[in-house]
Amino acid sequence: MDDLLQEFIAETRETLEALSGEIVAWEAAPADRARLDAIFRFVHTVKGSCGFLDLPRLARLSHAAEDVLAAVRDGERVPDTALVDAVLAIVDRIGAIVEAIAAGTPHDDSDDVALIEALSQKPTAPAAPVARAVAAPRIAPRSVRLNVDLLDRMMSGMSDMVLARNELARRLRDDVLDPRVEAALDRLSLTVADMRDTVTRSRMQTVDGLFSALPRMVRDVAAELGKAVALRIDGADVELDREMIEMMRDPMVHIIRNAIDHGIEPPAERRRLGKPPTGQIRVSARQSGNQILIEVEDDGAGIDVARIAAKAVASERRTAAEVAAMTPAEKLKLIFEPGLSSRDTVSATSGRGVGMDVVHANIEHVGGRVALDNRPGQGLTITVQVPLTLSIMSTIVVSVGDQRFGIARQTIEEIVKVRGDQVRIDPVGDIRIATVRGRRLPMLPLGPFLELGQGDPATLVIIATRDGDYALGVDDVLDTEEVVVKPAAPAVMATGLYAGQTLPDSGLPMLLLDGGGLAQAAGLRFHRTAIAAVAEVEEEADAPALLFEDLDGMHRAIPLGAIDRVEKVAADAVHHLAGRGRLVVGETTIALHHSDAVAPTDLASGGEVEVIRLTDGETECAYAIRGALEIIQLPAEIAPAAGAGPILGIAVCDGRPIEILDPLALFLDTAPVGEGARSPLCLLDGAGAAWMDRFLRPVLEANGYRCVLQPPKDEAPAVRLMMEDDTAPGEASGAPVVRLRRERDMAADPDSIYRYDRSALIAAVAGHARRGDGR
Amino acid sequence: MTLFLIASIAGQGVVFDADQVDSVVDIGDVVAVPRAEPSVRGLTALRSRVVTVVDTRRALGLEPMPAHVRRAVITRQDGHYYAMLVDALEDIETFETSPMPHAPPGGGAWSRAANGMVVRDGEPLLILDLSRLVPHPTPILA
Repeated sequence: MDDLLQEFIAETRETLEALSGEIVAWEAAPADRARLDAIFRFVHTVKGSCGFLDLPRLARLSHAAEDVLAAVRDGERVPDTALVDAVLAIVDRIGAIVEAIAAGTPHDDSDDVALIEALSQKPTAPAAPVARAVAAPRIAPRSVRLNVDLLDRMMSGMSDMVLARNELARRLRDDVLDPRVEAALDRLSLTVADMRDTVTRSRMQTVDGLFSALPRMVRDVAAELGKAVALRIDGADVELDREMIEMMRDPMVHIIRNAIDHGIEPPAERRRLGKPPTGQIRVSARQSGNQILIEVEDDGAGIDVARIAAKAVASERRTAAEVAAMTPAEKLKLIFEPGLSSRDTVSATSGRGVGMDVVHANIEHVGGRVALDNRPGQGLTITVQVPLTLSIMSTIVVSVGDQRFGIARQTIEEIVKVRGDQVRIDPVGDIRIATVRGRRLPMLPLGPFLELGQGDPATLVIIATRDGDYALGVDDVLDTEEVVVKPAAPAVMATGLYAGQTLPDSGLPMLLLDGGGLAQAAGLRFHRTAIAAVAEVEEEADAPALLFEDLDGMHRAIPLGAIDRVEKVAADAVHHLAGRGRLVVGETTIALHHSDAVAPTDLASGGEVEVIRLTDGETECAYAIRGALEIIQLPAEIAPAAGAGPILGIAVCDGRPIEILDPLALFLDTAPVGEGARSPLCLLDGAGAAWMDRFLRPVLEANGYRCVLQPPKDEAPAVRLMMEDDTAPGEASGAPVVRLRRERDMAADPDSIYRYDRSALIAAVAGHARRGDGR
Repeated sequence: MTLFLIASIAGQGVVFDADQVDSVVDIGDVVAVPRAEPSVRGLTALRSRVVTVVDTRRALGLEPMPAHVRRAVITRQDGHYYAMLVDALEDIETFETSPMPHAPPGGGAWSRAANGMVVRDGEPLLILDLSRLVPHPTPILA
């Protein structure tokens, strides 16, 4: 009897979960016979089981609901809102009673009658309650419920079996092997591998188990708050470890409630803002490398960053000065701190003192991350990233020194051997940069980083992280292996370098590297790629730069794109000819620039000097420095320098102002700045556009122009830059053209300008832009 | 009366509550965990399970154990298995526990991990709480 009751409870729970989506769908389309049948089957089954198990309350409720639904099926009643609500109330009550039975607690039954009466409030002519025994076809269950503990034991037994097989194989190989024994062993190996796959898959569940309850929840919460919300779910077939699904349940519910309560505006407000009255929430899941990304996107109001910041100050969590120094992204992160909510009033729905801090903490607890993409007035996207731990993972095994590590295969973009011209590693001070087929990547030599060995890596593993790519230097790439990853002990996970641990077939434990964690721990920096769909083609703000210590002790930066390499040169390679520094490189010399604060003769007093070699692909020059420091990301805002000279502007990095060296000025070698002019849009066009983007854009932007590589639809560019040998522009844009030439000395064509002549360029652009304005 | 496992760490006689002890083993090869805290000697395989090996001397703030020490007490804490290395294991006995005679202010690493003492043949033995010897990502509050 007890077993039967347990079975009934488990089954009812499961069906209820699956049913909640159906009910909402039925409400939206009451004529949908399939949905109606599904709900009918549910109450019918409950009714049947109740009579059997002697649960009179449940029997009464389900009987009443069944009657009404039968009437709907027969067309005697119309499923209007009142009826749907009443049926939903009954279904909810059934759920509540079942939970009470499971917990062994009494459940108040005083208003059961009211619920039943609500069913019979008929707006149309009363229909006789006909109780008809409809034979709802029951499909024999093709699944069984298993305790996760049992699955764990199965999994660990499986691993034991694999190890035992390996041991057996090793022992047998010591002797001369009978072919029959060998065949049997092979068969065993195959079966074991097969079994292992199956057992592992048994732990996986589609994320649908997490999403199926959402439609009902969205409906209820939206109704309660008087908002109209449409929910769209994508990627419900993505598989995730079932334990992880359980862990994600509460954070998901909270995020969705938040989106409806705080994000989506009331319909009237939305209309006023010119948005459709029904708010949109999109929930999607996808696999990305060894991570599952679950995204909840709404088109509501977004987060009011200023208010969050003000609250942080008001609640004395931060001082006003601290908040003032924060970037918008840092301010946004304040919502993850306990007790900070963007809402001033507490609502019944999500203002229960459970804030984003709890969501954040829960997700971090399972090794995940939460990212926010806030578009004030437009909406908010919350991306939850959880690892696939406990699930099977395809890994590449690499070796460093005599230790092996696994790296999730999906995070690896490519593996290259360090030899030949395709791959180069340049030391830049105490960091290194790898150049793989012309692509510059920050490099992390794993051996020295983990203190497992010195020596130069023989192989580079290009790892793609959420933030950017980098090259991981390892000694060798050994193998690929399918492994079951488990979280390591807290003390191991606390290093932030590992995604988990596993026991491969070798029988020796292996750690899995966390590509993103490694990059973070090593201080590699990337420009974060925006998750938001950008409406228009915007200027890319991706501007890595090398931070170095100049000869005068100042820290300066130079855009990475212009740097060929950083190297030490002997003092006798430095010469002073015709009043300027020259550096002897092989058979030729190139211009050597340096800070004005140092006398040219003191340049190489130390016996050797470190120089940054710059190239634009055609011309080379060098800049003498004291030492390279690190790769930084230049912020989008660079305050233009007031005076003339090789300083492009000032950028703030990590709270320190840093002078940005202008490679253009170095190439030009003379640097009077042209007058600043106000002019809107500058189109970089033709075959030289990429070069212009790299070298001219900073100057143009510093002088108040905006640069685009493609003409925007709604705005005509004021001026168009092309190389002189580009074909004549089509007249579509109508913008005047400034042509650039490669040689310094050429015919005095008014529109042709030596491409490193900054002042002439600015003057020409300004002249055209003014003429354009006058039109 | 509680059942205790008698061991010694760095010459100090200690006992572990038998309830905390899963098994007693000689561990196999250890794989290092770079950049983990010093008391984590590495990982080892125990049947099909990956076990974190803890150098108890380091956990107690002492010199590291020599590499040949392989005897360990397996304990399960928060769902993870740990092999706590010990210099020697003696016996299993039941004892009457008594509180520490005094708690030094500030307390050393031993006191922080201790949970009282027992007396065996007139010799006092420290009761070490394995859950406090297991490395935590955040320092244990005294």
